[in-house]
Amino acid sequence: MTMSTKLRRTVVLTLAAGLAVATASCSSDDPDGAADSGGKVAITVNGRPPATQAFERRVFDADVAEFEATHPDIDVQPKEGFMDPKTFAAKLAGGQLEDVYYVYFTDPAAIIARRQAADITEAVKELPSVGDLQPDLLKIFTGPDGKLYGLPTANYSMGLLYNRTLFTKAGLDPDAPPRTWAEVRTAARKISALGDGTVGFADLSKNNQGGWHLTAEIYSTGGDVVTKDGDKYRAAFNTPATRELLQTFKDMRWTDNSMGSKQLLEIPDVQRMMGAGKLGMYIAAPDNVPTLVKQFEGRYEDYGLAPMPGGTGTLIGGEGYMLNPKASPAKIKAGLTWLQWKFLDPARYETVIKKFVADKLPVGLDTPPTPDIWTGAGAATVQALKTQYANIPVENFRAFTEGSRTVRGKIEPVNAQQVYAILDGVMQGVLTNEDADPQQLLDAAQKKVDAAVATVK
Amino acid sequence: MTAVDTPRTVRARRSEEDTAPSRSSDRFRRRLAENLTAYGLLGGALVVFAVFSWYPIVRGVLLGFQQVDFVGSPEWVGIDNFRTLFADPLFVTAWLNTLEFTAYALVIGFAVPFAVAVVLNELRHATAYFRLVVYLPVMLPPIVAALLWKWFYDPGPGLFNSALGAVGGPQPQWLDSTSTAMISLVLVSTWANMGSATLIYLAALQTIPGELYEAAELDGASVWQRLRNVTIPQTRFVLAMMLLLQVVATMQVFTEPYVMTGGGPEDSTVTVLLLIYRYAFVYNDFGTASAMSVLLFVVLGVFSAAYLRLSSREG
Repeated sequence: MTMSTKLRRTVVLTLAAGLAVATASCSSDDPDGAADSGGKVAITVNGRPPATQAFERRVFDADVAEFEATHPDIDVQPKEGFMDPKTFAAKLAGGQLEDVYYVYFTDPAAIIARRQAADITEAVKELPSVGDLQPDLLKIFTGPDGKLYGLPTANYSMGLLYNRTLFTKAGLDPDAPPRTWAEVRTAARKISALGDGTVGFADLSKNNQGGWHLTAEIYSTGGDVVTKDGDKYRAAFNTPATRELLQTFKDMRWTDNSMGSKQLLEIPDVQRMMGAGKLGMYIAAPDNVPTLVKQFEGRYEDYGLAPMPGGTGTLIGGEGYMLNPKASPAKIKAGLTWLQWKFLDPARYETVIKKFVADKLPVGLDTPPTPDIWTGAGAATVQALKTQYANIPVENFRAFTEGSRTVRGKIEPVNAQQVYAILDGVMQGVLTNEDADPQQLLDAAQKKVDAAVATVK
Repeated sequence: MTAVDTPRTVRARRSEEDTAPSRSSDRFRRRLAENLTAYGLLGGALVVFAVFSWYPIVRGVLLGFQQVDFVGSPEWVGIDNFRTLFADPLFVTAWLNTLEFTAYALVIGFAVPFAVAVVLNELRHATAYFRLVVYLPVMLPPIVAALLWKWFYDPGPGLFNSALGAVGGPQPQWLDSTSTAMISLVLVSTWANMGSATLIYLAALQTIPGELYEAAELDGASVWQRLRNVTIPQTRFVLAMMLLLQVVATMQVFTEPYVMTGGGPEDSTVTVLLLIYRYAFVYNDFGTASAMSVLLFVVLGVFSAAYLRLSSREG
C-alpha cells in the first residue's frame, strides 16, 4: 500500500467517523410539516400496540389503512409505545417525539407547565364532537392560561376491585361489596382468615404509586390533597378523616394481619396476587379487569368492581393525546383529524366493538371500545352500544358503574409526582412500621408537600 | 552555548540551522506519514470522547444553572436549581443514606471480598471451581440479581424467612423496615459485585513471595499474625486503591434501591443517584437533576483525585 493510499484511507475513515457522530447527534426535525411526497401531510403517531398484543395491533393497523384510504392527503406513520416519562424529554430534545403522542391523565399538567405540547384551542374548533366530551376531562388538558393542549380518549375512575370467588369462600356476599372503609376491614379480615397466604386487602406503597392511591383514598373520604389558598397552594390532607383512614390501614396491617406481610408493592405485584387468586381486594380502575383476565387467564366471572369505599370522591385517571409543540399547523390539523376519526367519533365505535366481540374481547366495561368520556348524545350512543354488545357479566361491575355517577371524580393535585413521592412515605410508614403514628406521618408529610407546592403559580 | 561547545560544533550547528526549514519540514512530513494511522485512530478516539463524554459533562454542568423544557432556548437561572435542591428535605436524607450505604459497603463489601480472596489463596484443591463460584454473580445482570434477592427478602414466603422459620429463628422485615432496608441492599450489592474485587485481591496475594510466609512460620507466627504482618502490608497498595474505587462506586448506588425499595420505606433508602433520577425522569426537572449531579461530581472528583495521586505515586 502506498503512502498516499494509506493517507487517503485514514482521512476518509476519520471523516466518516466524524460524520457518523455528527449525524447521530443531530435531530431530524421537519419543521415545515409537508414531509411526504405528493403534497401529503405526514404525521407520526404513537400508541401502536406491540406485536405481543396481536388483536389490538391488527385493529390499529387496519384503522390506519382505512383512515389513509378515506383521507388521501394524510400519511399516518404509526410508532409503537405509549407514554414513558423516562424517554419523553430525550425524544423531544432529539426531535424524535411523535407529532401526536399518548399521555396518561397524570402527565398533561406538567407537560403544559413545561410548554411541551402544542396549543390546539383554535384548531379543535373544527372538530365536531369536542363539545360532547366531559368538561372535567377537558379540564385536565387545559392550561392555567385557559388554552387547550390535548384531548381525552379514555377515562377511568378508581374503585374497589374484588375477587368474587374469594368473597364466596369467605362467606361474604359477592353481590354486596364493601361500601365503607370499615366494611373493607371486616371483609379483609374474613378473606385473610382463609389462610394459605391469602391477603384480604393490598395497597401500593412504592415508586409514587402509594401516594397516587392514597390520593384516591383521601378523595374517597371527601378530603383533598392540595388546595389553593389565595394565590398559593398548600397541603390539605392533614385532617382527622385522613388520620382515621391511615389508622384503618394500620389496624388491617398490624392488628388484623389482613394486608399481607410483604409491602412496598407496585401495581404488577397486586395484579399478580389477584391473578393468582391470593388477594381479596385492591383499589383499581376498570382497565385492570381485562389485564387480569388476559395475563393470568382469569375469568370475568371471578371479578367484581365496586365504587370507592366511602363513596364521596375518587381520583380520575385515563388517557389521551397531545401534540408536539414543534409540529406545524398542517401537522396539527392532520393529527387532530386522526384523533377525531380514530377515538372521538361515537358513530364509528360500533365497527370496532364488532371486532372486539368477534375476537371474544371484553365489551361492557367503561374502557375502550366504549370509553366513558362523553356527555349528552355521545354518552347515550355509547351506553346503548355497551348494553347491546356486552359480552361479560356486566352485573358484576354494575355497582361501580352506577356508583360512579354519584362519586365525584377529582383530578390529581398540582406537582403530582412530588406529592405522590411524599405520600408514598406516609403509606410506607403505616404499612411497614408497627409503631408508626399516623398523625406524625401526616404532620411531616404536610411540611414537605407545603414546600413542594409553594412555588407553583 | 554550553561549556562543551567548541567553535567547530557551533559552526556545524549553524550550517544545519541554515537548511533547517526544508529539512525539518521533511522530517515532519515523514513522521506524519509514518504515524498517520495512529493519528487517525487517536483523532477518532478524541472525537468519540469529546462527543460522548466531555460534551455531556460540560452540558451537564451548564444544565445545572439552566431551566430547560427542550422546546425553547434554555433559560439561565443562576443558582436557583441549587436553591430548589437545598430546600428539598430529601436532599440531606439522600446524602446521609448514601454515606450510610458507603460506610456499610466499606465494612462489609470491602472486608468480605478480601477475606474470601485470602481463603481462596489458601485453597489447594478445586481452586478454579471456587473462583468461578465467587465470580458467577458478576455475570448475572444487576436487575436479575436484585429481583432474585427481592424474593429472598420477602418477609412472607421468601427464602430467608422460610429458612429462619424452619429453625425457629426471628422473622426480620428485611426491605420493609427502615432499620434493615439499607443493610439488606448492601448485602445484595456485595454479593453481586464481590467477584471482581476478590479476583483483584487474589492476584495481589499471589504476588507475595512465599519466603515471607515461610520466615513468619519459622518465627512461630499465628495465622492472624501472618495476615497482619505479611499479607496486609504486602497488599496495602491494592487495598488502598480498591478502597477508593469502592467509595467512588458505592456512592453511585442506584440499581438496588431503584429496583428493590424505590427509596422506601419512609425514604430510608433514597440515595443521591435515586434522587437525581427522580428529578430528571419523574419530575422532568433536568436543571435540578443536573445541579445535584454537579455536587456529586465534585465529591467524587475529590476521591478520584486521591485515587490518581495514589496510583501515580505507587506506579
